[in-house]
Amino acid sequence: MSARNRELLALIPASLLVTGGFTAVFIERHNVLSNGSLTYGLVFLGLCLAAHVLLRFTLPDADPYLFPLFAVLACVGLVMIYRIDETLARQQAQWFVIGLGLFAGTIVLLRDDYRVLERYRYTIAAAGLVLLLLPRVPGIGSQVNGAYLGVRLGSLTFQPAEFAKIAIIIFLASYLRDTRQLLVIGARRFAGITFPPLKYLGPLLVVWGAAMAMLFLIQDIGSSLMFFGGFLALLYVATNRLSFVTIGLGMFAAGSWALYQMRPTIQNRVDAWLHPFNTPLYDRVGGSYQLAQSLFAQADGGIFGQGFGQGLIQVSGQGGHMVQLLPAAQTDLIYAVITNELGLVGAVGVICTYLLAVERGFKIATLAKDSFSKLLATGLTAVFALQVFVIVGGVTKVIPLTGVTLPFISYGGSSILANFVLLALLLLVSDRARREVRS
Amino acid sequence: MNTPITRLFLVVVGLFAILVVFTSRWTVFGAQKLQHNPKNFRAVLEEQRIHRGLIRAADGTVLARSVRRSDGTYTRRYPQNGLFAHAVGYSYTTLGRTGLEKSRNAQLTGNQGQFGSLLQQVTGSERAGDDVLTTLNPAAQRIALQQLNGRKGAVVALDPRTGAVKVMAADPGYDPNKIPDARVYGQLTSKSNQDAPLLNRSTQSGYPPGSTFKVVTAIAAIDSGRYTPDSILNGKSPHIISGTPLSNFNNEQFGDITLTTALTQSVNTVWAQVGEKLGKQTMKTYMDRLGFDAQPPLDLPSGELRASGEFRNGALLPPISRFVDVGRMAIGQDKLNVTPLQMAMVASAVADDGRLMKPHLVDRVVDRDGRTVDRVQPQQQSRVMSAASAQKVNQMMQNVVREGSGTAAALQGIDVAGKTGTAEVGRSCGPNQLWFIAFAPAKNPKVAVAATVECGQGTGGTVAAPIAKAVMQELLK
Repeated sequence: MSARNRELLALIPASLLVTGGFTAVFIERHNVLSNGSLTYGLVFLGLCLAAHVLLRFTLPDADPYLFPLFAVLACVGLVMIYRIDETLARQQAQWFVIGLGLFAGTIVLLRDDYRVLERYRYTIAAAGLVLLLLPRVPGIGSQVNGAYLGVRLGSLTFQPAEFAKIAIIIFLASYLRDTRQLLVIGARRFAGITFPPLKYLGPLLVVWGAAMAMLFLIQDIGSSLMFFGGFLALLYVATNRLSFVTIGLGMFAAGSWALYQMRPTIQNRVDAWLHPFNTPLYDRVGGSYQLAQSLFAQADGGIFGQGFGQGLIQVSGQGGHMVQLLPAAQTDLIYAVITNELGLVGAVGVICTYLLAVERGFKIATLAKDSFSKLLATGLTAVFALQVFVIVGGVTKVIPLTGVTLPFISYGGSSILANFVLLALLLLVSDRARREVRS
Repeated sequence: MNTPITRLFLVVVGLFAILVVFTSRWTVFGAQKLQHNPKNFRAVLEEQRIHRGLIRAADGTVLARSVRRSDGTYTRRYPQNGLFAHAVGYSYTTLGRTGLEKSRNAQLTGNQGQFGSLLQQVTGSERAGDDVLTTLNPAAQRIALQQLNGRKGAVVALDPRTGAVKVMAADPGYDPNKIPDARVYGQLTSKSNQDAPLLNRSTQSGYPPGSTFKVVTAIAAIDSGRYTPDSILNGKSPHIISGTPLSNFNNEQFGDITLTTALTQSVNTVWAQVGEKLGKQTMKTYMDRLGFDAQPPLDLPSGELRASGEFRNGALLPPISRFVDVGRMAIGQDKLNVTPLQMAMVASAVADDGRLMKPHLVDRVVDRDGRTVDRVQPQQQSRVMSAASAQKVNQMMQNVVREGSGTAAALQGIDVAGKTGTAEVGRSCGPNQLWFIAFAPAKNPKVAVAATVECGQGTGGTVAAPIAKAVMQELLK
């Protein structure tokens, strides 16, 4: 069976899921929702089909499972958001349409050879850094809970870090393709640890410095962990030297600790993480309330969950206005909502779906022939996996809670658009690799 | 580069495994701790969304129901206002729960546990609570409160054959519809409020039982075989008991009299001698069988029940303790503190041929479709004495009402058995704790009752007996 036919078959469970999900929400709340709500399911299926046809014509050899896996995630997200707020779901569906456009654009533009990206690596790197720093630009940057992650342009807010992560991975993949041999050959052993040669250590220190600067400027531990983790993953794969990773982690830990001492915002985040039920921290604006409520919501989920659409997200407070029991339920805390309503079973299902997607990503990297393709696929997959770890880990109190999105599930235009580009790049690499393997 | 990629994948597997471990930690292993976290108000909010079941009296009268508010949440209404405030209790988000609202919360909210909720999910049904049908009798309850007439005290009436609680009245009370108002609640619970209206005096207040406790001593005396109702003892006053002289009421003098006469006239010196002769061990045996020294098995929250018995420095003292003056305990003095419920249980055990039935407030639980999901079967708590002994004590107690201190409880055409109690407490509010315990009809008892009034003037026979009489009259209609 051809790759595309397999993809079509794999899309069947995804489409069943989306139909089932929307039917469930519809039945649960038919008194509140309009009859037209079922059209969301149809629109979603239409989009899946359109993407499939596009891939059939442009990238016939690309990995058949990656797209259906992402479709499942997107479907879970859309149903979940729909259940939280109908208006947001409509917007999310619109973002899917635009995202699909971007997906098609990326594929068409880079179909001949995506490796042209290497030529623009410094431009791309500069663009990535600018994107990262945008939230600190007065007037357009916006601060949420002490972290600078968003940019506000008129009524639109977007999260530049979502795009920056792709730019930076492209740059690092390209840079490490050039220098990986040199990093290994020139390495010196000192005190039992292998150090990279000083000449090439420079640029790596720059990356570390950038991560630290980012932590300092945007004050978000999770995002910097995601970026720096992606970098270390690439460095490890490029050089196969665990010592480099160890050194990198040590430097990151030291830098983070130093910044923790200096920046009260970071201290606040860490304290809220360690002691979510401490009353002063709980009552503080931007304190541990969100994390505490996230844990309470998960506790109520149990093994099978409270049932779809049954969870408590907001409650009517005094004076009739609604109080958010789970702040940012549709973005940061969407995993907590999933756990609350679908239970441990549903949450583990979501994590497994991510794991399968990550497995496909790394598979693509192993199949790719040239170093740039390998590193690109590895980097994109690693940063994707780390993003999942950072936000789910934040919600489950593994690490301090951060404002990054759960890819393809959380509400948010930037996240959807950027992840569609990420998916397009992975499929591009995959198509080429599998075609080469075949011929 | 493929080996490091594979290893990297394994690292991701490890990281995701951590996520699964932590998710299980919060959803399963640590869930209970999180649910009991004082900052967690989800359960309360969840419950507001649940249509709680009704609480009904035995005749179907609605005692508590849920009404839907405009925002879709429910709140509680008590159509009988303060009539059953203590037994039914209240359930409010802001104040928590008491009474049956608390002890039967799981059924009232339809809490069916993990798998029940899964089933509910599949069937898509709204979570609705079951109705609780109680054994309470509104007419008799109303009469009990009318009879207390604003005096502090309590009345408990049981069906001796089943242990069903028919009346559980305590004064002062409160209107559970009004307490969500912070001002009202503040007044009811303020330290300066000596009335303690939220207190269920029938199960939470310990009072000296006075001479009603002589029934316990009589049970021990007759059933142990050491005495018969016709045993002769000398009733001169004072009599030295445990080294100190003990007097009869008004220092009345009696010669050689039978135990029946001693109960009828409530002769302290005779019963104190009986207590001394029986000893602490025998007294303990019968007190234990009657439910003293332990929390009663009533279906109210354990925080709203207390044990009856001897107390020293606020702690229960076993009757065999060296601190117990068994002679004075035998006449209801010493350090005895008993609840009205406990004394009703004493009357009930004599009434039902020596069997003590477990007291209970709930008759059955019925779901929304009218199916009975839980029925409380009458259960024997203990066999206190032989039926023959019970008959003898029954006869002795009938004599009290026929010709003794309890004539005020006599009912037209129905034999009543009872015992008065007047404990001198010397409180500033009034000198005596007044008691009457009884059951009727004496030959085939259908009701056992205990009535008590705090801070009273007069005697149990003049003040408490008429209360018990009125309640029994209503319940025997």
